[in-house]
Amino acid sequence: MDILSLTAVELAKAIREGKTTSVEATQAVLDKIAASEDTYHCYVTVEREKALQQAAEVQKKIEAGELTGPLAGVPFAIKDNMCTEGTLTTCSSKILENFIPTFSAEAVLNLEKAGVVILGKTNMDEFAMGSTTETSYYGVTKNPRNPEHVPGGSSGGSAAAVAAQECFAALGSDTGGSIRQPASYCGVVGMKPTYGTVSRYGLIAYGSSLDQIGPLTKDVTDCATVLEAITSHDPKDSTSMKREDTDFTSALVADVKGMKIGIPRDYFGEGLDPEVRDAVLAAAEVLKAQGAEVEEFDLSLVDYAIPTYYTIAAAEASSNLERFDGVKYGYRAQDAEDLHTMYKRSRSQGFGPEVKRRIMLGSFVLSSGYYDAYYLKALRVKALIKKAFDEAFAKYDVILGPVAPTTAPKLGSSLADPIKMYLGDIYTISINLAGLPGISVPCGTDSKGLPIGMQLIGDCFKEKTLIRAAYTYEQRR
Amino acid sequence: MAKQYETVIGLEVHVELATKTKIFCGCSTAFGGRPNTHTCPVCTGMPGSLPVLNKQVVEYAVAVGLATNCTITQYCKFDRKNYFYPDNPQNYQISQLYLPICRNGSVEIEVAGEDGNAYTKPVRIHEIHMEEDAGKLVHDDWEDCTLVDYNRSGVPLIEIVSEPDMRSAEEVIAYLEKLRLLIQYLGASDCKLQEGSMRADVNLSVREVGAEKFGTRTEMKNLNSFKAIARAIQGERERQIDLLEAGKEVIQETRRWDDNKEYSYAMRSKEDAQDYRYFPDPDLVPVYISDEWLDSIRSRQPEFRTEKMKRYKEEYDIPEYDIDIITGSKHLADIFEASVALGSQPKKVSNWLMVETMRLLKEKEMEPEDIRFSPEHLSRLIALVDGKVINSSVAKEVFQVMFEEDVDPEQYVEEKGLKTVNDEGALRKVVEEVIAANSQSVEDYHNGKEKAIGFLVGQTMKAMKGKADPASVNQMLKELL
Repeated sequence: MDILSLTAVELAKAIREGKTTSVEATQAVLDKIAASEDTYHCYVTVEREKALQQAAEVQKKIEAGELTGPLAGVPFAIKDNMCTEGTLTTCSSKILENFIPTFSAEAVLNLEKAGVVILGKTNMDEFAMGSTTETSYYGVTKNPRNPEHVPGGSSGGSAAAVAAQECFAALGSDTGGSIRQPASYCGVVGMKPTYGTVSRYGLIAYGSSLDQIGPLTKDVTDCATVLEAITSHDPKDSTSMKREDTDFTSALVADVKGMKIGIPRDYFGEGLDPEVRDAVLAAAEVLKAQGAEVEEFDLSLVDYAIPTYYTIAAAEASSNLERFDGVKYGYRAQDAEDLHTMYKRSRSQGFGPEVKRRIMLGSFVLSSGYYDAYYLKALRVKALIKKAFDEAFAKYDVILGPVAPTTAPKLGSSLADPIKMYLGDIYTISINLAGLPGISVPCGTDSKGLPIGMQLIGDCFKEKTLIRAAYTYEQRR
Repeated sequence: MAKQYETVIGLEVHVELATKTKIFCGCSTAFGGRPNTHTCPVCTGMPGSLPVLNKQVVEYAVAVGLATNCTITQYCKFDRKNYFYPDNPQNYQISQLYLPICRNGSVEIEVAGEDGNAYTKPVRIHEIHMEEDAGKLVHDDWEDCTLVDYNRSGVPLIEIVSEPDMRSAEEVIAYLEKLRLLIQYLGASDCKLQEGSMRADVNLSVREVGAEKFGTRTEMKNLNSFKAIARAIQGERERQIDLLEAGKEVIQETRRWDDNKEYSYAMRSKEDAQDYRYFPDPDLVPVYISDEWLDSIRSRQPEFRTEKMKRYKEEYDIPEYDIDIITGSKHLADIFEASVALGSQPKKVSNWLMVETMRLLKEKEMEPEDIRFSPEHLSRLIALVDGKVINSSVAKEVFQVMFEEDVDPEQYVEEKGLKTVNDEGALRKVVEEVIAANSQSVEDYHNGKEKAIGFLVGQTMKAMKGKADPASVNQMLKELL
């Protein structure tokens, strides 16, 4: 049995049936990490000893019948912006180079309750700001499908770790596409749940009103299973919601008969790579053949999503990142003669250029005299975008489109032109602005062999509809 | 003739709310813990932590808003006020700017006025908002470093912002007294200026009498007592008038009052004012105060002072002056009512509060809110006197100990053997000895000097170590003489 090729759910089943053990699987994946990290660099931190110890404890509980869940014993990777008690948590930034949290994120605790093994922390764009994982202070992650290309971002390390078999599943976070886009680039499944579904407690905030944690997995079954495990109503997060319909795995049914699928024409215009377009439209045909009703429609306001997103996310980020000041933890510049010099030097030396760019942008749009013109206006557009989706979901169960305009770009080709990089978020960003769930499912490769992802978007709380559609496509393609 | 100036004052009053836990986490708000022991990831601003609003803060803020005749903002929000300082762990303070919880209120103040010309006037309240307190910086000169204590970080505050409706220090103090009393009656805060649970910043400008436009104002901070506030107002008024008389301009700035030097120093001018980049805090959901919630808070509003005074007049046979003093402190009024409820005579309770309590408060420079003895113990003490178990001078001694340590008077009297000796034989023996030993006084008495008996009573009490009933001693002396 090739352990590494199993999905998370398959592995857990094999462990339960005694065909392998959590320790064996953890050792196998650690060996794989040792062999391929030099090439891909998916992780900032690998906790070998802790992982093996955790695996041994979990294995005992599985054998004692105390852990019976569908993920018990499975080795996971966690994006490095989620707090893990006792394990370095850097957000891929120099400013948190020595930060060891005293508590774990709620989503991580939920996974641990489900009996998973935590392998370590994955590389990302610094503070989740970027679309390529190239803004990390700790070096770039490479796309396992082709190491000359980026894995996408910001959850590039998590997506690449799943694709490279350096873990069985991973958690990422998605503020404007940071789970879905790297999933698409690396050929894995990634889902951003409805805002409020997974607790943000312990997720180091980028854009608080947009951030959601979600799974990056090998297939749709794993995705639904992981989502079910990490979903909880958390009183520590005021924006966490109490939901009843969180039995996501019950939607793993290959049946889309009568499902109404809308394809927004606005998502297939200028800038979209024809190979991506063709693959996505072909995927729509597969669902149509399974009995879904597919039609095109006009979503509207698509052009406004990017400026709206970069105004709101940057504004929140400029404030969220103020706490990194060298006073209490993290990097502090030495030899500053006074407090404000210490602040300035610590932050100037501790943050990378993309983070500084967004802090400046965010500070500007919140400044006295500009607040109404930029920030408030962006909030109003955000409300209109939500309304446009509400109208669409009055007609359709699912919206289908591409995840990104292209497949993974080459390493080093994106950062020189930030605006162009921002435009790459066009299909994912409005989903965060509207708080909707979205899933990225692999739907083929381009002529260079790079993966293409299809995005399915649902109305708030309709993850099950998305899972059903994604599962049907995966089974019937 | 010299120009006449009018002082125009508005106040920003911060009040620390009496919740058990902080505004956005479960940490204790208790005062005086060891540094950084009442802290958690939330109130130290650790990455990944999130605030969750303490409902009690909303209830207190609404209660104060209702008591000050404000309109309650039933859909209100928290905003972030961004500024860098180490006592502020996130480098933003969670406060309210755009939709504060209360607006457009007013309180009626009673001012004694000059030459006994008492008057009342309304002071309008612009808004009341909720916010979190900051930590405390401790400068260590020895190590030449600064340490931060986050115990106070996240303690809930309300800021009550008045309109510029006050015209003198007297009015300012009447306004503060009024607010303090309302808030103490609500139990929303103990409002101690010295300990910082009530802090007032004074916005002051002067203008010529009759002028319509306000002058340029300054804001004064660091005012820790009513006296300091009065002195600071006087000092700032004079400073501004001097500037204007010298043909100079008042600069809009924040000044820090030094009460020892009786002078204020410029802290920062309007030009250096920071841009706080306020925006709605995305980590908190808007607060919706439903009609039901509002009604339930309203129905729990206590009896305030005016109503209480009226009721006391009807229910208790005590002087109006006593009523005025007792209801002037919620704590005093509580002790009074609880003692009466325990069966003590109102007049007697009132006497203990008005005489001995006031004397000791004055002597120890304490506020009525600092009183520690319980109504149970006061009632027991009164019962001991009523039952002639102790006499009134012993009672005063016991009261003093009770005032300091809240001892149980029954237990204390028992332990210290302070009971009045009711053994007539023993008393007779002592009186006979006193008569034998003071022949001069006995003679004076027989010669018609009534006062001499007082001396003999005193001698007997002394010999009895105070543990006799003076009336019985008097009677026995007369009998034996």
